[in-house]
Parts: sequence; C-alpha cells; structure tokens
Amino acid sequence: MALTLRRRRATEVTTDEKIRIRSVESIDVTVMIGSAISSFALTQLLYETFLPLSGALGYIVVWYALFLAISWIAVRELRGTVRAKDHLARVVVWSGASLAIVPLVLIVLYVIGKGYHALRPQFFTQDQRYVGALSDATEGGGSHAIIGTIQQVGIASLIAVPLGITTAVYLNEVKGRLAKPLRTVVDAMSAVPSIVAGLFIYAAWILALGNQQTGLAGSLALSVLFLPTVTRTAEVVLRLVPGGLREASLALGGTEWRTTSRVVLPTSRSGLVTAVILGVARVIGETAPLILTVGGAFIMNWNPLSGKQDSLPFFVFRLIRFPQESQIARAWTGALVLMILVLVLFVIARAIGGRGPDHIGRLKKWRLQRKGLA
Amino acid sequence: MFNSRSPSRQWTVRRRAKADPVTSVTDVVETNALEKDRVTPVVRRGKVDRVYRAVATLSGSIVFVVMALIGGFLLYRGIDALRLSGWGFITESQWAPDMGGAFGIAAVLPYTVSIALVALFLAVPISVATALFITEYAPRRLRRFLTATIDLLAAVPSLIYGLWGLFYLQPRLITLSKWLADNLGFIPFFKVNEDFGTSLGVFPSSTFVAGVIVSLMVIPICTSVMREVFGQAPPGEREGAMALGGTRWGVVRDVVLPFGRGGIIGGSMLGLGRALGETIAVTLIISPSFDAKWSIVEQGSNSIAALIALKFSESTETGISALMAAGLALFVITLIVNTAASSVVNRSRSGSATEI
Repeated sequence: MALTLRRRRATEVTTDEKIRIRSVESIDVTVMIGSAISSFALTQLLYETFLPLSGALGYIVVWYALFLAISWIAVRELRGTVRAKDHLARVVVWSGASLAIVPLVLIVLYVIGKGYHALRPQFFTQDQRYVGALSDATEGGGSHAIIGTIQQVGIASLIAVPLGITTAVYLNEVKGRLAKPLRTVVDAMSAVPSIVAGLFIYAAWILALGNQQTGLAGSLALSVLFLPTVTRTAEVVLRLVPGGLREASLALGGTEWRTTSRVVLPTSRSGLVTAVILGVARVIGETAPLILTVGGAFIMNWNPLSGKQDSLPFFVFRLIRFPQESQIARAWTGALVLMILVLVLFVIARAIGGRGPDHIGRLKKWRLQRKGLA
Repeated sequence: MFNSRSPSRQWTVRRRAKADPVTSVTDVVETNALEKDRVTPVVRRGKVDRVYRAVATLSGSIVFVVMALIGGFLLYRGIDALRLSGWGFITESQWAPDMGGAFGIAAVLPYTVSIALVALFLAVPISVATALFITEYAPRRLRRFLTATIDLLAAVPSLIYGLWGLFYLQPRLITLSKWLADNLGFIPFFKVNEDFGTSLGVFPSSTFVAGVIVSLMVIPICTSVMREVFGQAPPGEREGAMALGGTRWGVVRDVVLPFGRGGIIGGSMLGLGRALGETIAVTLIISPSFDAKWSIVEQGSNSIAALIALKFSESTETGISALMAAGLALFVITLIVNTAASSVVNRSRSGSATEI
C-alpha cells in the first residue's frame, strides 16, 4: 500500500532527473557485467596462478569478494560514494537472499536424483517382509511406514487440531484472564525440542503408565509438537477477522458462542485449513520423537493401538545407516516420498490460503442454489 | 439506552465501582455524564456462552498442564541420575552411566552450544539480507514467491536436511574446512591436531559441518520473524528519509534496521532455541565425541539431542534416567532462550507501531 503510493509520487516529481527507486538502470547493468568479468579474470590469475589454493568453494568466495570490491570502485568513480554504498548494499542483499534459496533447489534435485531409481509402484503396496540383506533395492517397499505415518499424523491431528483451535479462540475471542500468560506458554511450547517431546511421552506414557511402544505413543508425541504450531497460526488467522463482523453479530443479538461459531470461524475457515495443513507438513517429517516412541518395524502393522509401528522418517533414518547399498537406496526412496508428501501438502495449503473468505466453492454454490440463494 | 432485546446480554448502567476485567467491551460513556461518572456495561451471559467460555478456558489451560507435565516428568525420571551424579552432572564430560561410570554434560553442552553458534553465525547475516530483500528490495511478484519459498524451507523435514548435508554438502564442505585449518590454523577454532596432518580425513563429522546444516534450518525461522518486524518500520519515517534524498540503503540503515533491531535480536534467539534442540540432522552428521575441544573443524562433535537419540536404544535404567536429566537440561535451556526471545520480539513490535 505504502509502496504503491511512494512509487506514484516519485514519478510525479518534475525535476530534471527522475528519481527512480526500484528500477535498475542500464549503467548499473553495464557496471555489474564489467566487474563480474574483470573479477573473474583477476580470480583466475590470483587464485590459480599466484596463491597456493584450490577448491571450487574457495574460488567462488574469492571471486565474489573481488566482484564486490571492483563494482564498488567502479560505481564510486562514476556516481560517488553514496551511490556506491547503495549499490553495494543492494548486491549484498540480493546475493544473501539467493543464498537462502539455493539450498532448497539443490536439496529437491538431489533427493529426486537419489531416490527415483528404487521408486516403483510396489513401494506403496509392499512392506519389508521378504526383503533380505542381499535383496535388490527395488524389492519390497515402504507401505508399512507410509501407513504408520498416516495413522500417527492422523491421530495427532485429531488431538491437536481441535485443542489448538479452541486455544486460539480462547486467546483471541474469549480473551480471558489467562490469555497473556497463555500466549507466552504457547510460544515456549513451540520451542520444545522434538526429542524432548519424545522423551516426555516415553517417561509419562510408556514408563509411568506402563504402555508399550505403539503408533499411539508416537502420535501423542507428535501432538505435543503439533499443538503450539496450530495454536499460533490459528491465532494469527483469527486476528485477521475484522472486528466489525463480531460487533455486527453481537449487535444483532447473537450470543458470543454464535458469533464465534457462525461468524468468526467460517470467515477464517480457509486460513484455519492452511494452518492445519502447514502444521501437518511440519509434523509429518518429525523423526526424533518417533525414535523413542513407535519402536520401528519392518512389517505392516495396521493397528496403532498395539504393537510396534513404523513411520516414514524413522524408516529412512534406520535404513540410511545400513552398510548395504540397496538399503541406502531404499532409504532415499523413502526420503523422496516424504519430500513429495510435504511439497504436495504445502502446495495445497498455499492454494487454499490464497482464497479470501468470500470465496464460494463449487459445493457451496450448489448448496446455495438449492436453497435458492444464488 | 441499554435496553437490549438480546436474551443473553443484559446491559445495566451502574456507577463505576469496579471494572469487570472479563468483558472485552469498552466502557460506555453516558453523553451528559462527567468523566468520573463513567458507566461500565455489566454482561450477564447465558448458559451456552458460559459453557463456551469454560470449554475454551479448559483447552487453554491444557497447554499449561502439558508444559508443567513435560518439566515434571523429566525431573521425576531424571532425579535418580541427578542424585547419583550430584554436581558431577555439570562438571563431568564422560557419559558412561550404564557401566556405573561417571556421566555429565560438561562436554556435550559446549558442543551443543558451539553447533548452535556456528549455525547462527552463518544464518543471521543471510536471514537479515533475505528479510531486507523481501521487505525492501524485491519486486512485488518475487516477494510473494520468496515468502512462500522461505515457508517451504521451514517445512522441509530436518531428516532431509541431514541426509543432504551428509551425502552432498559434507564432501564439498570439508575442502573449506581444510582451507580454514591450513590458512587460519593459528586461531584455536580452526586448529587441528598435527598428528593426523591436514588430510581431508580429519574434517568430516565436525561441529562446523553440523553447524552449517543446522544454519539452513534456522534461516527460515529467523527470516520470517525479521521480515515481519522490518515490514512494520513506520512508513512516515521511511518516506521522510526518501524525501530528504536518501538512497535505499540510507533508508535501510537509518530507519528499517534501527526499528528492526529487536526483531533481529529476537529472531536470532528464536533461531538459537531451534538450533540447540535440533536432533536428527546433527545425529546423522556428527561422530560422537566426549572431549570438549576448541577446534570446530576437526572430526568429532556432539549435542544433547543427538546424545539422547543415539544412546537411547542401548541404555539401561540408569542410562535412561541420565538421558532424562540431559533432556531436562535441554528443555530448561531452550525455554529460557525462547522466552527471552519472544519478550524481545514482542517489545520491539509494540515499539515499532508508533507512528509520527
């Protein structure tokens, strides 16, 4: 908002030289290309010939440092120190931001490259029952781990989502006496290390109450991590609901419960769904708490309430440390499936989150048409 | 004036005796009343509303209960080990509770902290740059794309970061470790034991490699906090700086960064909390060491979380108790770091909301 305002004002100024804030001028491009080429040449000379150094990483670091120095000198000569500082800051910020993105691309490509060899349809239908130490990587599959993960994350969300959303409602709608300390505690809870959540469930559920390592124990540990994530994001979403809507509902004689259930929650539904899906995407890859709680298995166990279960991250974590090539290949396939799950969930969350509260889906339209409202 | 038809809300006017802290409705002032005669609406809630509030309060208090239970159970299970070791838990660096030997976190804790510090050392500048890029420099379309990408980085499982770091990054990173050891070996952090020479074999599984991987996981957390705080820098002062002829860097240096300082500190501390508790990636990378050392590039490192993950399956009852005590220490440390961080962030948020 402020930015569009500023840009319009900037173009309305009628001086000799137009002030442009965000645009890149051709002279900048020339300087950048020139300094890139000259710094490359200088690096080649210095790094390869004069200094006793080697390694691609060091080469890039030296190149980048020389590039900064040369472009700084060039811009200072052309346009003065103030501009040169501005230019330098822009280059550093751009490169810092791209440095944050590069690993994501590398990770995705690397996992795909490592994992797709052993990815066969039976990865989703078979378990490791008939897999021996010398079996090929394409034999057997990870269906037991996938089912385990789905059940554990499902149970965890059954526990954490209602609890998290009600807590967010308490924080933002009820605004009771506990709201302020509660917000601090939720923040603190979101920082509980995942391994500590696993230890807690191991101490409380398995040692103190005498239960076995089961899928349910795993999902309890996951819900400890899930709850604060859902609460925090849901609270942000509820805060976005305009206060006028609440006041209108109350003014029309609605009770507080009706205001929340018929006005606030439906308005923020897409945001809440996004919050839940993002929470699931984060919890689905948790490994550490499951090491302590689910036990791990190589065969299918449909029952999360009894017997050890496997989960996809734990499956990957165990197999990657085997000496056999085929086991490692299987682990990479598991990692690929896990990553695809996370990516898909993320894309769904984004797609839903992009819709406004006035979005009318196909189902809702049909329902409204039946009532004769649309 | 306050005759409401609503059955659930009945408003009565009375002199302000005691403000009802529960009502979120602002005070209503009678038009012809003096300031001291302010009236407060008294809300009488129907049964449904009382149930609704009770349920919401209950679920809110579950969070308190769970947090208390986490601390309580770790203490309850770990107290045996703590009694056994006494103060040795803090001063002892070995970890051999199963054989009746001594155990303590004197080596594991410094390793944990140094991994986290290496991670922050790399993550904070990159996060500041990325957050500045998103709020100040990026074209509009790129901004949305980048925000989504940073969120996605946060959603990638730490297991996958660990695998990628172990198989892809580590072989490339150790050339940098070697370079640091060869050329900056006079600094204790980069010194390696001369007995082994500086062949590449002494550099994998080090604090440095683990720290680099953890930094990748910390970047999205720091960035999202900083982005939020930078975005709240007052537009009036920004435009003022622009109008005075400031460059973009001038605006960033004199307006955005001073206003966002709390966000930078708080975001870094939130990242620190996350880095201290990171488990799987560290477990995959390090080879456990129980002798604290200054060098960060030499093989051998450790962390409390990795210790728990690695030792858990092979521990006896005393061993489990000792791990619980270690977990309690980690829990307390992250709790302190994080509470401090969120108080810094919250304060900076409220401060930066002031407009000119």
